Amino acid sequence: MNPAVDLVPVWTLILGIAVVFYVLLDGFDLGVGILYGLAPSTAARNTIMNSIAPIWDGNETWLVLGGLGLLAAFPLAFAIIIPAVYFPILVMLLALVFRGVAFEFRFRDAQHKTFWDHAFNYGSGIATFAQGVVLGSFIQGFQVSGRVFAGTSFDFLTPFSVLTGVALLFGYALLGAGWLILKTEGPLQESARRQGGVCLIGVLAAIAVVSVWTPMMNPAVASRWFAFPNILFLAPVPIATVVSALITWRALHGRSEIVPFAGGVGLFVLSFSGIVVSLYPNIVPFHFTLRQAAASDRTQAFLLIGTLVLLPVILMYTSWSYWVFRGKVRRDIGYH
Amino acid sequence: MDLDPVFLSRLQFAWVIGWHILLPAFTVGAAAFIAVLEGFNLATGRGVYLRVSMFWIKIFSIAFGMGVVTGVVMPFQLGTNWSRYSDATANVLSPLFAYEGLTAFFLEAAFLGVLLFGRQLVPRWAHFFAALMVSMGTLFSSFWILSANSWMQTPAGYEIIDGRFFPTDWFQVIFNPSFPSRLAHTVGAFFITTGFVVLGVGAYLLRRGNFAEEGRTMMSMTLWLLSVLVPLQIFLGDHHGLNTLQYQPAKLAAIESRWETGRSIPLTLFAIPDEKAERNDAAIEIPLLGSLILTHKADGEITGLKDFPADQRPPVAIPFFAFRIMVGCGMLMLGLVLFGGWLRWSRRLTTTPWFLLLCEFATPIGFVAVIAGWITTEVGRQPWTVYGLLRTSASVSPSLTGRDVAISLLSYMAVYLFMYPAGLLVVLRIVRAGPSSSTGTDAAIEAGRPQAPVLAGASASEGSAS
Repeated sequence: MNPAVDLVPVWTLILGIAVVFYVLLDGFDLGVGILYGLAPSTAARNTIMNSIAPIWDGNETWLVLGGLGLLAAFPLAFAIIIPAVYFPILVMLLALVFRGVAFEFRFRDAQHKTFWDHAFNYGSGIATFAQGVVLGSFIQGFQVSGRVFAGTSFDFLTPFSVLTGVALLFGYALLGAGWLILKTEGPLQESARRQGGVCLIGVLAAIAVVSVWTPMMNPAVASRWFAFPNILFLAPVPIATVVSALITWRALHGRSEIVPFAGGVGLFVLSFSGIVVSLYPNIVPFHFTLRQAAASDRTQAFLLIGTLVLLPVILMYTSWSYWVFRGKVRRDIGYH
Repeated sequence: MDLDPVFLSRLQFAWVIGWHILLPAFTVGAAAFIAVLEGFNLATGRGVYLRVSMFWIKIFSIAFGMGVVTGVVMPFQLGTNWSRYSDATANVLSPLFAYEGLTAFFLEAAFLGVLLFGRQLVPRWAHFFAALMVSMGTLFSSFWILSANSWMQTPAGYEIIDGRFFPTDWFQVIFNPSFPSRLAHTVGAFFITTGFVVLGVGAYLLRRGNFAEEGRTMMSMTLWLLSVLVPLQIFLGDHHGLNTLQYQPAKLAAIESRWETGRSIPLTLFAIPDEKAERNDAAIEIPLLGSLILTHKADGEITGLKDFPADQRPPVAIPFFAFRIMVGCGMLMLGLVLFGGWLRWSRRLTTTPWFLLLCEFATPIGFVAVIAGWITTEVGRQPWTVYGLLRTSASVSPSLTGRDVAISLLSYMAVYLFMYPAGLLVVLRIVRAGPSSSTGTDAAIEAGRPQAPVLAGASASEGSAS
């Protein structure tokens, strides 16, 4: 069957959007969880948790969609990458279990509130670190033989993947700080601004190190960026990153409530495009391209029909649920 | 000791899905119950429906939260431990999984926030609509995941190229031969499970004396439902059995521990299957009834296990006993429902202490039946992941060592064995506090803090409450 339209680019785009959505949405609520440990009082922790209580579940759903989207559109990539990051995935899932139940249990099991506070805080941090390690392992590539991952379950652990793990902690925490600036007021907002500043420095340092390290690890990436004339076309990416960083920094230390979050989003989107530039068209770097790993045309076509109908509907009612809980966190809504 | 990654991966999958399925087994029915209560409250304005609904929303939110986090674990299992299965089946099965996410998970997640926290923020009809959407989401989810599961049991609409499955007809893939009866039987089981939980909790509240009106509402509503669903479920189960006989004869032979092919076979009530010697010890049998129940004919033929090559037989003892536990639960349920109907007819339903106590003991019976049924069908599918076509041993991720899987399995065991009792304790605490949290032990637990304001606002608006 040869459909009139080539679906591989369409699915690349959809999966890219799903990953960006996941990273931004669960990014800010995992980030809120990371900063939660720094909150000074029970009242502050209540407010922080209530700022994401109605929406975290929807945000985490993008993780499922990202995983299943990869399985559906590029199954070979799923079958190679996921076993290669066996332990980071395990750690992420278990951390998400602790963090997810903490929302309800912290409120209902008041005698052990401190325990569930820690579960939420460390669960968020550990899940984030594990996701960063997965990202690092993905960028550095896997041992592949035929259609299967041929390395060991401990190959993921390298200085580079640990670095990307730490980088994502700063990154999600920056998004979390941006969210708290949006949703809170007074001293809590002030401390979120300070924390956001520290996180921004961490993010920029991490971006710089990864940007130098990745091309050093792989000549193909180096020539992609630095060979003439690519360097001219691609120069806007680092330049835009510097500009976004400056804007975010000024906004964190100014009055704006929306720009710090938007700036964090901008930095994530730019970092993501940096990774795309480095690795495209590979989906299993540097063994399989998107096209080689793609599902059959029938599979991609069947899922595309529903996705094109359902995704706009999902975005519509998800926006509605965000709109219902718009504005500053109300003291009378949520867990107390 | 030699650790086998295939066996340990099977154990791990059984562990994570076994615990996970307990939650949808409750939340599918609970979401529908809550939507009905919210609808009744909207239509009649009677406060009791709202109080009962808010009580079950509290329990639902715990179960749903745990269902989400244990559910996120599931799709990743396909990659971490079953990557060759994923590579082989993704072209056929992945859209089914993805449609579950697109039609169900987002719907549930977006409207759950409004259901739990939005009562004061949106109009009443919108809040009811949110409850309805959450309930629809749970049903869509059941539809897709059971379609995928059924395809593994009775694959259809595919072709095999180079050892991988490719779709040829999506309708046949989704509505594969065992899907309709499995969907009906499983969703029926989920509603019944919730029914017995609500019945038991209602009975507990009545026996304790306070919250009598709420307890009566719970018991009365669910007993009507169960009076229809339990007999229907037995009929559906029988229908599902005919389907297994037709498409998975080796599984059926294992369920019945039937070694020799024969006509007019007896019904084996109990036996100790000896898989090495290929015979049953200590068998208790009723003549002819086996053929009659399994084939609906007195001289119907059942193929025995000996007619299947030894490497194509499922384990025998596990499906044999699990099936009998499931059917036993079904019979107990039927007895309880019939008793309940008789007591209702003689107007003693809510005033007969021993019956209330019986209902309390029966609270977890649905979970037992669901797990037993699940074990029957999944162990009975062995040694295949895709029945007759893809072996379980050829499905596992090749990079895994026994030690890798032992570490992950122990981690899942430790976390789940901590999380589930914690969740159960929290739920029991809510049950003890009863439908109105302004009295009872809830006040002590939440000392120093105001009542959960979502609920406070709603109960204030209902006027005559408590």
